[in-house]
Amino acid sequence: MTEITEIPSPFCGIGTDDLAIQVDGVSLKVSTNGCAINTPAFEQPIADTNPRVSGQAASLDAAVAKAAQLLRDTSQPVIGGCATDVNGMRALLALADKTGAVVDNINFPAARRNLLALQDSGWMNTTLAELKNRCDLLLIVGADLEAFAPRFFERYLWNQEAMFLDDTANREIIYLGKAPSGNASTSPSGRQATVHCCSDSDLPDVTAALSALIKGRLLQAQSVAGIAISDLQAIADKLKAARYSVVLWGAAALSYDHAELTVQAICNIVRDINLQDTRCSGFPLGGKEGDQTANQVCGWTTGYPARVNFARGYPEYDPFLYDSQAMVNNGEADALLWVQAFNSNARPQKSDLPTIVVGRSGMKFDKEPDVFIPVGTPGIDHPGHAYRLDNVVAIRLKKLRDSGLPSTAEVLSAIEQAL
Amino acid sequence: MLIKLTGGTVYDPASGIDGQQQDIYIRDGRIVAPPTDGAPVDREYDLRGKVVMSGAIDMHTHIGGGKGNIARTLLPEDHRMDPVPRTHITRSGNGHAMPSTYVAGYRYAEMGYTAGFEPAVLPINARQAHMEMGDMPILDKGGYVLMGSDDFLLRMMTANKDQKAINDYVAWTLQAAKGIGIKVVNAGGINAFKFNQRKLDLDEQNAYYNVTPRQILQTLARAVQEIGLTHPLHVHGCNLGVPGNVDTTLNTIQGVEGLPMHLTHIQFHSYGTEGDFKFSSGAAQIAEAINSNPNITADVGQILFGQTVTASGDNMRQHANHRFASPNKWVCMDIECDAGCGVVPFKYKDQNFVNALQWAIGLEIFLLVEDPWRIFLTTDHPNGAPFTSYPHLIRLLMDRSFRNDMLATIHPEAQKMTTLASIEREYSFNEIAIMTRAGAARIIGLKDRGALSAGNWADITVYTENADRQAMFTKPDYVFKDGELVVKDGQVVKVTWGTTHIVKPEYDLSIENDLKPYFDKYLTMKLGNFKISDDEISEDGRGSLTAHPLRGAA
Repeated sequence: MTEITEIPSPFCGIGTDDLAIQVDGVSLKVSTNGCAINTPAFEQPIADTNPRVSGQAASLDAAVAKAAQLLRDTSQPVIGGCATDVNGMRALLALADKTGAVVDNINFPAARRNLLALQDSGWMNTTLAELKNRCDLLLIVGADLEAFAPRFFERYLWNQEAMFLDDTANREIIYLGKAPSGNASTSPSGRQATVHCCSDSDLPDVTAALSALIKGRLLQAQSVAGIAISDLQAIADKLKAARYSVVLWGAAALSYDHAELTVQAICNIVRDINLQDTRCSGFPLGGKEGDQTANQVCGWTTGYPARVNFARGYPEYDPFLYDSQAMVNNGEADALLWVQAFNSNARPQKSDLPTIVVGRSGMKFDKEPDVFIPVGTPGIDHPGHAYRLDNVVAIRLKKLRDSGLPSTAEVLSAIEQAL
Repeated sequence: MLIKLTGGTVYDPASGIDGQQQDIYIRDGRIVAPPTDGAPVDREYDLRGKVVMSGAIDMHTHIGGGKGNIARTLLPEDHRMDPVPRTHITRSGNGHAMPSTYVAGYRYAEMGYTAGFEPAVLPINARQAHMEMGDMPILDKGGYVLMGSDDFLLRMMTANKDQKAINDYVAWTLQAAKGIGIKVVNAGGINAFKFNQRKLDLDEQNAYYNVTPRQILQTLARAVQEIGLTHPLHVHGCNLGVPGNVDTTLNTIQGVEGLPMHLTHIQFHSYGTEGDFKFSSGAAQIAEAINSNPNITADVGQILFGQTVTASGDNMRQHANHRFASPNKWVCMDIECDAGCGVVPFKYKDQNFVNALQWAIGLEIFLLVEDPWRIFLTTDHPNGAPFTSYPHLIRLLMDRSFRNDMLATIHPEAQKMTTLASIEREYSFNEIAIMTRAGAARIIGLKDRGALSAGNWADITVYTENADRQAMFTKPDYVFKDGELVVKDGQVVKVTWGTTHIVKPEYDLSIENDLKPYFDKYLTMKLGNFKISDDEISEDGRGSLTAHPLRGAA
């Protein structure tokens, strides 16, 4: 048994890289700094190591050949999931380019809310180290931060020392919308977060009201969605008085129509505060299991984030039209390739299409795909790179064990070669 | 295999060859002396009547790193206008202002370029820069590592750490991020913006650290000198785009006290405040300062008219410029106690007085700086214009009547404010070859590149001479990369993968005694995970590293 330290996690999105893991053959045990997200993801035992074709064990070569056969002469294959590391995504895009496929990241419907806001008006954002050292006021809009990332507060807010704060325990935390599910947001000195609750569907009104107050507009209403205007005014005043406030949101949690407008309202609040002579930054949550990786690699390879169609011989981007789920449901696709190297519970939708799954070992199916090729997990079975949620930092993933499982990149490149 | 390029008219300024007809031999990727052993020529190209230069090198072009991807993501409408279909040998992608990586590689190669250097590699974002450049075919690449707004350096300076410790930190950072030079952007200004300072002049103090941009520039320029880097400190000055910043720039030149310094996209730093619009050309003063200070080099950052996107580490100035965003959307980021970035789309218009004068100022600088070894042809891609506009820019420099025709079409008040019409200089082939090849290789410190003498790598571009220089430089007949024919008649015919140029300066390992606790306490990544290992560049089988000697070394 060996212990490997300073292990980065691709699972939580927040880039924890201080895990220690005991490796015993192919079994892993997180010994230090595990959490509800990372520990089970690292410790999940290897289930299957053999590819299957039509449910029967097959060699990797045979499975690759079958996958190539299913993709050959298709008119509109779709590649869903896109949950892998940088090299996996590189190979995925090469295969998509060759087959004229649609590429669609599994969490694009959530990421789209951010992308639409970005592509319409832009934003001012910050990254984790700035937050860790500067943030004196954190406003969390519509997200349960500690459920999203159990170690966020411990690692980035209640750090013992910050470069530019006398006492990190004095940071002020305000929740607007969802209440926190636990008490990680309570500072080590016992200072509790202020919580102003409303339903998700009221967030458009609440953020609009806050936006108006930031701009100095007078509101006639006394409350919005049960939150007193005076409370929102207090938030506005605090944002303006802070030295470096951060407004955090989680696009995945904003699951109502046109939530991109709420994201845009939040981003505009941040920009307006910066125009009023103090600093404020936005911070979007996201980036688990290769979300940012997919968007980043697709971004430099095609110019667009990871929902593109190569059918015409060049990448086309449409954040609505090329929804792989809808395309499969609507009969617009003629083959499905599902790539998910991190999470064996994230399975492809059921369909009658020829289906190839390149997935984490242990994936169970309601309907056996035509081809299943179990692959190694980046950061466990092979080295790689994954992007953190703040989109700037690519973490170097380590290989922890010799499982013999191929990487996503190896499998997808082999399929491409076999075409 | 022995390849012979027969009878071309060669411009090889590194070897003092100015338009002489000569044969060039290539074997195993390198240029070799004419064989004396009677070895048969396996492949011959008849280049009689054609112009031969080494492959061009863009010494300042934003081709790798996060801000480029933000720029791409921000502008889907710009990509839609320039889709690039796949072929049987090339990948698909998109072009124009911020092309996708594959397309950027192909387009550079198709213009006769064989290397490009990303000038703003944030250490924390260096992995991304290398991964993006790793997906850029054909070109060699490299990066200048951005320092000067990182909290660790400013803390060292506030604590009066000695120069040796700073040199160790700079060398350590260069190695960790795998760069070939050091860049500073708005020295300390990106950091000051995080403390809500909205401008920072050369002698203005950071509100927290009490250090000034002048001190940062001197400290880093000295570090570069003492470490022995060939490439001088690569400086994006204070007050980018601010009318009157010519004084800051002149002061910066004096302030570096004779140490080597490269001023980048100097066009954006050469503005006076004269005239009705309080905006005028400082080009003559800047050119005079460069002419009289042999320690100073510069690239121009020429603007050309049309849609582009500005992508800069200088989020302080980018935030100030956001009101000019066209289309009206923009991004600013503070990044990891390391640096920042700002991405603002711009549409330069010939009928806009300021834009028109910016255009003229860039050309004035090109034409008034006397020594082509110390001025470099850039648009600061994509900031001044996409790199695909280089052939047009070359024509403006080589063809006075064309230049004056263009001048006659810009905003009339700008025409009155520029002396461009009176400048008679036309660049020669030799001078173009210096500023885009020999000079670039020399200033970056590339051994074995940018020259056509025996022993050099065979990066070679062949053009058919054409009085229309734009047409000529748009479409080379042949481009050889490391001896392989990669472009024929302006089209990619073979896809290869270039190397990543780096330096490996030594440092005292004890610097990690300070860095490790700093990383543990304040940053979000462990020191060991921060450092980029060699295999990250080479593990996909395409990339490689080429380390160049330090100055003075063999």
